[in-house]
Amino acid sequence: MIVQPVLVVAAALFSLGIYGILVRRNAVMVLLSIELILNSVNINFILFDTMLADTLMQGQIFTIFIITIAAAEVGIGLAIVLMLFRNRQTANINEFDLMKW
Amino acid sequence: MEIFEIVTYFVLLLLVSTALRVVTTSNVIHAAISLVFTLALTSVLFLLLSTEFVALVLVLVYIGAVIVLFLFGIMITRAPLGKNAELDNDKNKKLGAAIAGSIFFLFSYILVNGFDGQVVVTSGSSTELLGEILLSRFVFPFELVSFVLLAALIGGITLARKDEALIDEDQV
Repeated sequence: MIVQPVLVVAAALFSLGIYGILVRRNAVMVLLSIELILNSVNINFILFDTMLADTLMQGQIFTIFIITIAAAEVGIGLAIVLMLFRNRQTANINEFDLMKW
Repeated sequence: MEIFEIVTYFVLLLLVSTALRVVTTSNVIHAAISLVFTLALTSVLFLLLSTEFVALVLVLVYIGAVIVLFLFGIMITRAPLGKNAELDNDKNKKLGAAIAGSIFFLFSYILVNGFDGQVVVTSGSSTELLGEILLSRFVFPFELVSFVLLAALIGGITLARKDEALIDEDQV
């Protein structure tokens, strides 16, 4: 199997995640886009692990760690969004401008 | 071998189209469901690359837990269900598309040129060896990440809990 199509698809997922972060208004949707970016990184790690046939399987191990950290990040991120919603009655990022100069 | 390639290209095509739907749909529930499909197709791609343990972890952790959390977050922040024209920031759309597009073309150009003609040769199951390596050489980060999860658990509870004493103090 040729490597390049998978790499291009991973790059596409990454840029779609960036687009989502920049364009979405809802904080939960921004977190969804961050998941897309993490997913593209996972695809790259697994692909290079298989391509290089690494004896220590560091690509797969890193992917497992990334998935774990992503789960923790989603939990904390949603708790913060919940807290903001409770204080401001909205999840719209444009209105969280208290620390904007 | 021919069928294997066709299946891979089909999965890659579906992957991009579902990911596109995650960031462009104007319905929050549809975005979350599209993310489920994206992750499921990623898992299929991992299976095609013969890394079945990571594929199963992805299904269990993401589709089993993270998506449920996302749906919970969507419901609890009372995001308007159904079509919602306010979901996207129209002012940022052109700029976002320009930045994302330039990142995509830069990455694609570098990756396509840098890995010209490289091929992947899949080599059967690797779960047994992965378990041995994870619990011998990488046992310290493995234990460390469990502490990260514990910290996230405690932090999440502390942040999201309604603290009665604090609320009373604010209202006085």
